Amino acid sequence: MSEKTTLPAIKEKFGDALIDIFEKNERRAYITVDKKDVPAICRYMYEQKGGRLCTASGIDTRSGIEILYHFMFPPDTQVITVKTKVKKPSPEIESIGTFLPAAVWIEREINDILGVTFLNHPDPRRLIMADEWPDGVYPFRRDFKEFDK
Amino acid sequence: MKRTIIPLGPFHPLLEEAEYFKLYVEGETVVDIDMRIGYMHRGIEKLSTMKNWDQSTFVVERICGICSTSHPIAYVNAVEDLGDFDVPDRAKYIRVIICELERIHSHLLWIGLAGHFIGYDTVFMWAWKYREPILDICEKLTGNRNHYAMMKPGGVRRDLNEDDFPWVHKEMDKVIAEMEMLVGAVLDDPVLHARTKKIGVLTREDAIGYATVGPTVRASGIADDIRVDDPYAAYDRLDWKVITWDSGDVFGKAAVRLLETIESAKMIKQCMDDMPDGPIDACIRAVPAGEGIGHAEAPRGEVFHYVRGDGGNSAVRHKIRAPSYVNIPSFKATCVGHTISDVALITAAVDPCYCCTERMAVLDRGSGDLIMSGKELEKSSREATDRLKKDYGGPTPVEITMEKLLKKP
Repeated sequence: MSEKTTLPAIKEKFGDALIDIFEKNERRAYITVDKKDVPAICRYMYEQKGGRLCTASGIDTRSGIEILYHFMFPPDTQVITVKTKVKKPSPEIESIGTFLPAAVWIEREINDILGVTFLNHPDPRRLIMADEWPDGVYPFRRDFKEFDK
Repeated sequence: MKRTIIPLGPFHPLLEEAEYFKLYVEGETVVDIDMRIGYMHRGIEKLSTMKNWDQSTFVVERICGICSTSHPIAYVNAVEDLGDFDVPDRAKYIRVIICELERIHSHLLWIGLAGHFIGYDTVFMWAWKYREPILDICEKLTGNRNHYAMMKPGGVRRDLNEDDFPWVHKEMDKVIAEMEMLVGAVLDDPVLHARTKKIGVLTREDAIGYATVGPTVRASGIADDIRVDDPYAAYDRLDWKVITWDSGDVFGKAAVRLLETIESAKMIKQCMDDMPDGPIDACIRAVPAGEGIGHAEAPRGEVFHYVRGDGGNSAVRHKIRAPSYVNIPSFKATCVGHTISDVALITAAVDPCYCCTERMAVLDRGSGDLIMSGKELEKSSREATDRLKKDYGGPTPVEITMEKLLKKP
């Protein structure tokens, strides 16, 4: 397997901003960052390193909502995931859809199911929830009353 | 000029989600497009977290009927990544055979429907005739024509009977010969060139920006293929090549799919020749806490699954991203500037279902009166081809080939 270049480059450029780096195996790496550093790192991965945004996942945990941006780097045969955490009750994070069109839909979806507000989002409408779905009810939150039925 | 809104949808059943396209048109030309999805949201991500690790394979199999093995293999890849489980070699080869059979029949389905839509009904009939033996092979090998239920975390659920292999070899040789003929006829047809070339061009930059996947991105000259970029199953042990095309238009997407079927058939033959002996299942007892990412190259592009477990019997989060979810937003870049009959073709070129076009209707925004039904739209697309055929004069290469086939005993 060829030498991997992306992860060392990210470590060098954003050294102090990376709270945790977890290299699960040679094809998967997870880096944890503060939410204010997410746009800069995502922009660097997409524009400079040729990363393709596979998708983003939102997970409600006890301490806040985790957002994971999964980037694929074909030359490195590696998926690098940028993890960040936003605090409830009114989670907010800067949108990366402003420079990365592929992120627009998934950010709208995370807003629908988890109620995360993406600041400066280019198109902040509902995506998957029905028009008559009540405002402020998020089905993937742990406190959603149907959650464990 | 007066601007009209054309609703296209909202039901689009072949893609994992129903969707609604709103076309803004001036005269015949589309000037903007807006999309809405979520009409058929089934909550499978949530449902999967209420099933155990083994049962979820069956849940994700129900996401799509045509690529019914792509989601299970991406899911089992994710679970195996989570627990660092090794899969026996024989299971890896069996997985490739099933995945590639699925790719051939899915691509043939699309080629047939595309042919029908632009007025080449013989292409439709022959492509579907060639698809039928593939489904027979699937039935013989797995017991089902579709929904094979072959994948499980740690291996495959059933072994293949090697007595069937000589017959499958013979069928694959036939598929390769038939596809080579079809490729020759379709790629040389001047009417098809006129109808599909330079239509719905997705530039390299847009393909990267929208992060499109599968034949959609490979037709824009980018060799993105999960089977090479992050090899799973036995793909890294086989000899095959990634098909790309530089034009980015509808013709390029059709060419990529046609040529890929031949590669798939070759891969199936290799797998049967190299099939190792041994167990087919690693017999996973428990899945530890942690997270795993698995993806797979479905006929339409990359399927992405992320699972997180807490050491219990089921996932606490299961994120699924199907290929059309990233391919559809690229319509914003490809449809603008084209006529309505071309847009119907462009939205079809990423491989959705034609049921959507059946339900497509042109309405006048002011009065809400129906001015064009789905049938009429299909007619307009076929008429566009007929005009080109008339200009060409005489039978086209596709028609000549099909004529020959009909005369064969």
